[in-house]
Amino acid sequence: MPTTNQTDFSGQPDARGHFGRFGGMFVSETLMGPLRELREAYDRFIVDDTFKAELEADLRDYVGRPSSLYFARQLSQRCGGARIYLKREDLNHTGAHKINNTIGQALLAKRMGKTRIIAETGAGQHGVATATVAARLGLECVVYMGSVDIVRQEANVYRMRMLGAKVVAVESGSKTLKDALNEAMRDWVTNIDNTFYIIGTVAGPHPYPVMVREFQSVIGREARRQILQQAGQLPDALVACVGGGSNAIGLFHPFLDDTSVAMYGVEAAGEGLETGRHAAPLCAGTPGVLHGNRTYLMQDENGQIIETHSISAGLDYPGVGPEHAWLKESGRANYVSVTDQEALDAFHELTRCEGIIPALESSHALAYATRLAAEMNPDQVVLVNLSGRGDKDMHTVAGLDGIKI
Amino acid sequence: MSRISQRFEQLAAHNKTALIPFITAGDPDPEVTVPLMHAMVAAGGSIIELGVPFSDPMADGPVIQRANERALKHNTSLRDVIGMVHRFRERDRDTPVVLMGYLNPIEALGYERFAEMAGAAGVDGVITVDIPPEEADDYLAALRAQRIDPIFLLAPTSDEQRIKRICDAAAGFVYYVSVKGTTGSARLAIGEVASKVFHIRKSTGLPVGVGFGIKDPESAQAVAQVADAVIVGSVLVNQIESLADQPDAIAPALSRSISQMRAAMDLI
Repeated sequence: MPTTNQTDFSGQPDARGHFGRFGGMFVSETLMGPLRELREAYDRFIVDDTFKAELEADLRDYVGRPSSLYFARQLSQRCGGARIYLKREDLNHTGAHKINNTIGQALLAKRMGKTRIIAETGAGQHGVATATVAARLGLECVVYMGSVDIVRQEANVYRMRMLGAKVVAVESGSKTLKDALNEAMRDWVTNIDNTFYIIGTVAGPHPYPVMVREFQSVIGREARRQILQQAGQLPDALVACVGGGSNAIGLFHPFLDDTSVAMYGVEAAGEGLETGRHAAPLCAGTPGVLHGNRTYLMQDENGQIIETHSISAGLDYPGVGPEHAWLKESGRANYVSVTDQEALDAFHELTRCEGIIPALESSHALAYATRLAAEMNPDQVVLVNLSGRGDKDMHTVAGLDGIKI
Repeated sequence: MSRISQRFEQLAAHNKTALIPFITAGDPDPEVTVPLMHAMVAAGGSIIELGVPFSDPMADGPVIQRANERALKHNTSLRDVIGMVHRFRERDRDTPVVLMGYLNPIEALGYERFAEMAGAAGVDGVITVDIPPEEADDYLAALRAQRIDPIFLLAPTSDEQRIKRICDAAAGFVYYVSVKGTTGSARLAIGEVASKVFHIRKSTGLPVGVGFGIKDPESAQAVAQVADAVIVGSVLVNQIESLADQPDAIAPALSRSISQMRAAMDLI
């Protein structure tokens, strides 16, 4: 559906999923047929009125959309600069933005006649959001999760199992999110006839980056309308954390043609970019090919993927969605990074001054947003995607304080 | 004519099917690989397929995943693997060598640099699991410039149009993946394989190899009746794993397996 006011920024990708030199379809031959089938189904249903109506009703009545846009008065005052608004994705059913996408993909799976759903998960938020929609639609669900993450995110593992999903521990490689994705791909290639793979972020082979973007763009569409209503102006800056990058693309995409709006994607600097122990491929990585697309990666000089580190399991991924790689190279968005400690400080700050406990992932965005806002004027607006709530992180944060819960 | 095409012609002249054993380079350690390549040739391997270790081998089952991990413990890089082929060529100038791996290590080296190094070392063909022809223009140009055969996979899910497109881009031979799944995953259904290979032959004059799911002399023999090449990997890599702590025993064990398959294939 081309519209007349589209620029190159929002007109990506091309027909084969390229965002500039990034993206594409780099998969084994067995998956090329199933990916074409998925692309055709997606193209058909995304413009289908019945599908759109069902998706909209689910987002409203089941997820609880629209999520609110909240003016963080106390936080803004403390920064002494721009006004900070929070897009409250933490208020969604299951506690994060992830469900916007799993609802959409599961409806598609149903329409394609698939009876079995698989997913990968890091922090467990996408796994929970997938298990949730699978329970509701009566679909078999298998979630792959690195055995290291299973230990870090015990509560979410239990939630998925209660919802009826089978959680499979992945013991290969670094035993984290990237290996869970490998394992889910292996499952898919083996069970393609009855299985739909719900990827949780804007990565993977085409059409996943564009499909997940479409389902997550509800965030930016709502936020754009809400900020115009509440602040009477477009924001001066958008800030969102970037692991794979789905909450950031969801917020950024509907604003891409608003050239006055600056965009900041915040990666996990872990223990500091200079230590090498981080998860910031856009800030400190190089282009390569992994998980079906060309993008920025954390890799060594021989092209082997290296282990990442972040306090937040949801950002602990060595790649990033190809559209972010392109937005970086085209200069439309800026990519910055925040350390574990800075994210933790922001986590505590928001909790104490606004009474909102953010996810550690979203705390990275908050840390950068407060730094940015302090350098701006009170007539300016910073809009932050509060992508998830911090309940799942109690264990981690308490552990750092020496408390076992 | 490439070394691969020559080898297929020689075999055809004797009414024989090619046997292509696969091992992962650097597994269980880099010193073992070149002697193992020679041993596999002596036991009846017609073409040697050498796996290039990668940290994220998405198309491989657990057996070859672990082989990749063992090789990477010794930091076996793509450059190292090319070096192994170079050493192999000091004693064997006839047996074709095909590298099989994933795209990212090749991207890191650069397509042209990779092709130059591989060509100079005596690599004859390259199978890159995760590059479909749609994304392969620069890759193909770099390989062709060095007269290296780009070998592509065909799958049970490939329709007629894709088979045609892939065969047009390929050289040396095409590799039919006989099962939906990862390497070493399941037993193949020989009837389905036969009918697919029949279809593939309508699109190409290239030899057709079949791999994934060939586990013993019986399945090698069955595949040899319908294909031009039998590719066997996981069963050999399994033997390497079980003998990883006694490297001297690996070559005799692999030789035995390969010669048994060769003998069964030669009965037809």
